[in-house]
Amino acid sequence: MVAKRAKNILIGNPGTSLANKTGSWRVFMPVYDKTKCTACGMCAMLCPDGCIHGDKAKKYDPDYDYCKGCGVCAKVCPVKCITMKEEQK
Amino acid sequence: MKKVTEGLKAVAESVALCRPDVISAYPITPQTHIVEELAQIVADGKLKCEFINVESEFSAASTVLGASAAGARAYTATSSQGLLLMMEVLYNMAGMRLPVVITDANRAVSAPINIWSDWQDAITVRDAGLIMMYAEDNQDCCDMHYQAFKIAEDPDVQLPVMVNMDGFILTHAFDPIDFPSQADVDKYLPKYKPLDFLSANNPRSFGLMGGPDRYLETRYAMAETFKSITPVILKAADDFKKMFGRYSGGMIEEYRMEDAETVLVSMGSTISDLKEAVDTMREKGKKIGVLKIRILRPYPAAEIKKALGKCKRVICVEKAISLGGPGILAAELKSAIYSNANKPEVSNFIIGLGGRDVKQEHIFELVEKAEKGVCETEFIGLDKKLVEEMDK
Repeated sequence: MVAKRAKNILIGNPGTSLANKTGSWRVFMPVYDKTKCTACGMCAMLCPDGCIHGDKAKKYDPDYDYCKGCGVCAKVCPVKCITMKEEQK
Repeated sequence: MKKVTEGLKAVAESVALCRPDVISAYPITPQTHIVEELAQIVADGKLKCEFINVESEFSAASTVLGASAAGARAYTATSSQGLLLMMEVLYNMAGMRLPVVITDANRAVSAPINIWSDWQDAITVRDAGLIMMYAEDNQDCCDMHYQAFKIAEDPDVQLPVMVNMDGFILTHAFDPIDFPSQADVDKYLPKYKPLDFLSANNPRSFGLMGGPDRYLETRYAMAETFKSITPVILKAADDFKKMFGRYSGGMIEEYRMEDAETVLVSMGSTISDLKEAVDTMREKGKKIGVLKIRILRPYPAAEIKKALGKCKRVICVEKAISLGGPGILAAELKSAIYSNANKPEVSNFIIGLGGRDVKQEHIFELVEKAEKGVCETEFIGLDKKLVEEMDK
């Protein structure tokens, strides 16, 4: 048993950030009240993970596969339509 | 072609002959002339190379790391505080298995601020995973650079190499240097062919995370590599001799050790001082020799064990100190000879720190002291008057 370059550990294929679903790190999840949401897009603009998507018609939703529950969206929402709820699994 | 030139300029010209694709370095005494000369060579259009100016040694090291990952032959040079600022990157370079060549002009480390020569800077990074070579004179140092690229880029090695030259004693000394022709160097050192490299056409991810489930194996791979580097280093020197006609290699060098009862052990330019002292002591009938450690990593334990198989006394002469610990060369040497049937007594002396002159009388003095009994981390050449007055 001899290995010298550890190539398979040191070098990998790109795109691992998509395969690695970081949503499992979350403790609190953002829950949207779509009746209050004005689709201003502030949450999507400031989401540090870039995982909130939407538009005027459909309004906005986080992608729970990657949302880590940081709460920035809830903090910046001007109409307070997002609440951070402890996630029950 | 032979010409008389300064040590640093000779290194710069030798590095240029190795045709690096990327050079990035930050000037620091006593290494500055390497950077200046290489910048000039590139600016004059004599070497097709990206010379990247940076604002610190951390950036210089990071730049050559990135360049090497992109498949370039990369080179940097530094000294003392600069090397310590590079330290985090050096571990990454080695861990990512990137064959960068680094020249270190060995210099003391602050405080107090001191720009003169000792080995403390490089000794401090000896565990980073670099191959470490120590030059005795400037021709040796130039020859090491051609070999350093060859060793680093060997598919079985793929590790950074550091060439050490004593600050001022070598760096600023003018010597006649024999430079090989560009055609011969090109034959000895063909264009670097990386095994893997970053490319927009074939995206790969370098420097991935290695958690508790994978990190241990990466270190195992490095340790296994270090066990098998010696033949690569020896072959690089043999090939060099075939091409250029002079032998400049070996893990260690033995000088007048045939019947030596006492052996002085050291590295770098100090070896020349020791050889001169040994010649004088031999004339007076003392059976004494010198053992040069040319390669500090991988540590030539087997070679040292064999070389010290018969002597009665070993004296390590060191220009660095592990404060609160045993002498650095002495500790490693003792572990190398522990299983020998013949166990010589081992003394070690600290000498020449911060550029203090190493005089012949200092060497006679330490040999005399060691003959009276084993000495541990004893300082030689202290200014006694200054020591007495220091705390008044």
